[in-house]
Amino acid sequence: MFRGLWKLTWLEIKIFLREPLGAFGSIILPVLVFVVIGRLLGGGRMQNVTAASGFVRVGLPVFVSVLIALSGVLSLVTIISIYREGGILRRLRATPLRPQTILTAHVLVKLALTLVTMALMVLAGKRYYPIQVQVPIFGFALALLISTWSILSIGFVIASIVPTARFAQPIGAAILYPMLALCGLFVPLQSLPPALQVVARVLPLTYAVSLLQGIWRGEPWSAHLGDVAALVVVFAICTALSAKVFRWE
Amino acid sequence: MPVSRTPRPVIQVLGIRKTYGATVAVSDVSFEVNEGEIFGLIGPNGAGKTTTMECVEGVRRPDCGAISILGLDPFRDVYQLQNRIGVQLQQAQLQKRIKVWEAVDLWASLYTKVVDGDRLLEQLGLANKRSAWFMTLSGGQKQRLFIALALINDPEVVFLDELTTGLDPQSRRAIWELVRGIRERGKTVFMTTHLMEEAERLCDRVAIIEHGKIIDIGSPEELVRRHCPTRTVLLATDNALAEESLRTIPSVEIVTRQDSRFTIQGQGDDFVTDVIQCLSENRIRVTDFRTELPSLEDVFLKLTGHSIRD
Repeated sequence: MFRGLWKLTWLEIKIFLREPLGAFGSIILPVLVFVVIGRLLGGGRMQNVTAASGFVRVGLPVFVSVLIALSGVLSLVTIISIYREGGILRRLRATPLRPQTILTAHVLVKLALTLVTMALMVLAGKRYYPIQVQVPIFGFALALLISTWSILSIGFVIASIVPTARFAQPIGAAILYPMLALCGLFVPLQSLPPALQVVARVLPLTYAVSLLQGIWRGEPWSAHLGDVAALVVVFAICTALSAKVFRWE
Repeated sequence: MPVSRTPRPVIQVLGIRKTYGATVAVSDVSFEVNEGEIFGLIGPNGAGKTTTMECVEGVRRPDCGAISILGLDPFRDVYQLQNRIGVQLQQAQLQKRIKVWEAVDLWASLYTKVVDGDRLLEQLGLANKRSAWFMTLSGGQKQRLFIALALINDPEVVFLDELTTGLDPQSRRAIWELVRGIRERGKTVFMTTHLMEEAERLCDRVAIIEHGKIIDIGSPEELVRRHCPTRTVLLATDNALAEESLRTIPSVEIVTRQDSRFTIQGQGDDFVTDVIQCLSENRIRVTDFRTELPSLEDVFLKLTGHSIRD
């Protein structure tokens, strides 16, 4: 069923790195910005700030992770629509490659890039941000993996139906970015109006943020099984849906 | 190949119909493609060629009708079928920055039975482009790569959709040679084209399709003989008695003359021989002699009332 998956994934990574701005835009630039901000804020003086601000300590890393995941989704949506518009999907269709293999390959590429970017940020953060938190790196990486995978599955659905590359980015952004406002990162869920609370509870990003924040703070996984379950359900629904509505051309 | 061998159909299409909304793309199309032949579906753009081909490939499902290819139902057994057919699609692209060898390598990883990719690239004249990005290839090179990809799984049937559209005449001829090479390997080729010359040069049999309907099927020669039996001889002579002599030939129908130039039209396989014999018997000296045989282009014009390019 997933014949050719590894080959295609590896190939897409290579092709991505050949794009002008490919690696620069999605890996080096965010890390650079991160480092520069760290320098500007000035190493030692930030000690007090971090101690005071819960957002910088927990919110910021989670926010950055989510942003990277979302940009991954947008780039997935864009790539798939470019492939559709350019007739590449058409060509792949006449091979034993299945749509889920093609989507999975792109998801793996995005996951790999997300992890590389995050790893670089953590390294840079250790050097330039005096954040003295004991972060369970592997646990957080796993949480990020699960979250990204789940958010990407929404990208599957968008990517399966957007007609042209020109629409991909705006449609994707219009669907994804509003989720940020409601995900509990900036405004606690409890303080939202009841109607919006309901909306927030069906948005997968809410669970992703809850999971990421919890794991970053060092909470046990057992406290976040509900989040994981929700993300898995979202993934299952979106994957099934995109398999139904996937358009080759 | 024994002469008595009866053609074995590998593709059988029976009364298929496909509509997109209110548009009827294909209606009541039936034909057979025999093993080892190059079969061409010819007609203008939008006639239903690609739709028909995609139904046979299992990419589209006809609204009604039956298709059998290599004994399989293309839509139901599409995964099984894909291992045994090779496909080149109209207007397909690959990733801009994929290298030639990478594409071949990816395709090779998708099939259970494959041929050597490097040898294939060599045979198609792409060995020196092995590490080139797809976007840097010329139109002809891209098509040759697509042929390589269509042949990677050693398919029994190869589908070629508008293979040479957009290519210059030189690349076109090179591609024709390659397609003949595919047939020589014992494979069946099912192709579409709107170029009558291409069909005439390449195809063993053709089906003419227009407005989603098949008008006639046969070898190019058969179709020409059936629909445009009139042959034309053009000659130039100063012999004053020529016109009179030419008119006595039984197979001659029309003789027109403009100064020393004659246009003679007639029917039958012996017509040209008859003219030559008459000229030699009457010792008529000619300064120019040409025959004009009707082509598929003329057949198309005759059958549809308009040229294929209109």
